[in-house]
Amino acid sequence: METCQVSIPTPLRKYTDGQRVVETQGSTLREMLDAMECAYPGFKFRVVNEQGQLREHIRLFINQRIAPDLDAAIQPNDAVRIILAISGGS
Amino acid sequence: MPVKSNSTKRASAKTKSSKTQSSARGDILLLVGTRKGGFVLRGDAKRKTWETTRNIMIGSTIHHIVMDPRDKKTILMTERGGHLGPTIHRSTDFGKTWQEATKPPAFAPAANGEAGRVIQHDFWLSPGHANEPGVWYLGTSPQGLFRSEDGGATWGEVTGLHQHPMFNAWAGPPEYAPPGGATLHSILIDPRDAQHLYISMSGGGVFESSDRGANWQPLNKGILSDFMPVPDAEYGHDAHATRMNVLDPDRLYQQNHCGVYTMDRKEGLWVRIGDKLPKDISDHGFPIVTHPRDPKTAWIFPNEAFPYARVPHDGKPATFVTHNAGKTWRRQSKGLPTANGWYTIKRQAMNSDTRDPLGLYFGTTGGEIWASHDEGESWTRIADGLPEIFSVEVAEL
Repeated sequence: METCQVSIPTPLRKYTDGQRVVETQGSTLREMLDAMECAYPGFKFRVVNEQGQLREHIRLFINQRIAPDLDAAIQPNDAVRIILAISGGS
Repeated sequence: MPVKSNSTKRASAKTKSSKTQSSARGDILLLVGTRKGGFVLRGDAKRKTWETTRNIMIGSTIHHIVMDPRDKKTILMTERGGHLGPTIHRSTDFGKTWQEATKPPAFAPAANGEAGRVIQHDFWLSPGHANEPGVWYLGTSPQGLFRSEDGGATWGEVTGLHQHPMFNAWAGPPEYAPPGGATLHSILIDPRDAQHLYISMSGGGVFESSDRGANWQPLNKGILSDFMPVPDAEYGHDAHATRMNVLDPDRLYQQNHCGVYTMDRKEGLWVRIGDKLPKDISDHGFPIVTHPRDPKTAWIFPNEAFPYARVPHDGKPATFVTHNAGKTWRRQSKGLPTANGWYTIKRQAMNSDTRDPLGLYFGTTGGEIWASHDEGESWTRIADGLPEIFSVEVAEL
């Protein structure tokens, strides 16, 4: 199980006690989200729907690259960013 | 799976007097859900002064906020936070603090290779029967029915509906949903029998269960939907709002996409009553409100129906009231704008208190809240400047 740093966007920080970056574990993004759910209950369902899909307008980046799906591998000390797309205004 | 209605066997909920007085005498809270947050307005017992006392989760989409009439303390609220998924929050201090559901409503994961349903937003909250404290029901978009047995902390599917062999046909394909999403709403619990439920789907129509949701049957006989290939089909109709009269639970009212209807459940036939409106007034609309002390009284807020206007006729908002179960209607517009009232009242955004005379309230898509304390005879604007209003619920302390 790899250790990674996860950057938390503002609307999700209420789940991480206000922390902007948390350290967690996972060999894939899916495992990382499971670990986040264990540490911060309620976190995962706001990001991933009940069919296991990333919610619309949310993307995950590993370092500088957008992850193709939740099975993307995480390497030791990778930085994961949860990005809420610029949207709205309607 | 036909369900036999027990409505004819149920004891009447009527009291000896049709003028039953409300027991509520304290302040009144209006719980307002909007596109950009929740708001609480507090009115004094005489309904003379109103103050916006709280705003909640500004920025989040709040479709419904409902106080539990069984304890007059617990409030549940739906929330979808922008990009984030939908959930339910619970407050026991009149909205000061909120606790998120530990197991929010969610459809079951689909079998491999199948497309599963995903809740886009939680839409309609209904407290359960008076004899079932802690039970709540939730309707979602797309159409789904969920139940909590623990005051909203954890939620499960009402599988009798979701796994019904006709459910996908009743709910219709996703691409057939209206612009705001298909919804399940108007979850009505018979005060005489906790097992007896009604739901409405937009689209889909009205459905009934007599076994607490284990089985369902369509209840749409008499509805004519002129947009459908078969206008009087068993299902597929667009019920905008359905209400049950608490004094006579067999008296149902429905504001449908294609008109206003009433049903005596013992007869099982919807009868169109909106066609008794003045000829220049369409009977399209979203909300319908019943009178807690008079089963023959109901209010509607008609819209210009076509072409897709959804605003008051000629920009002149008005409620219309019937006191004889739809045989005649009377316009009520005193105090409302006489021109340029180009707003819509959504299906959850018009409600009543239980005082005598009855108070009525509606919230507009333009962020105004209007109140009447004489059963609709005159109206006063009590708030403005709010975001687009989705719902106005009344809580009496």
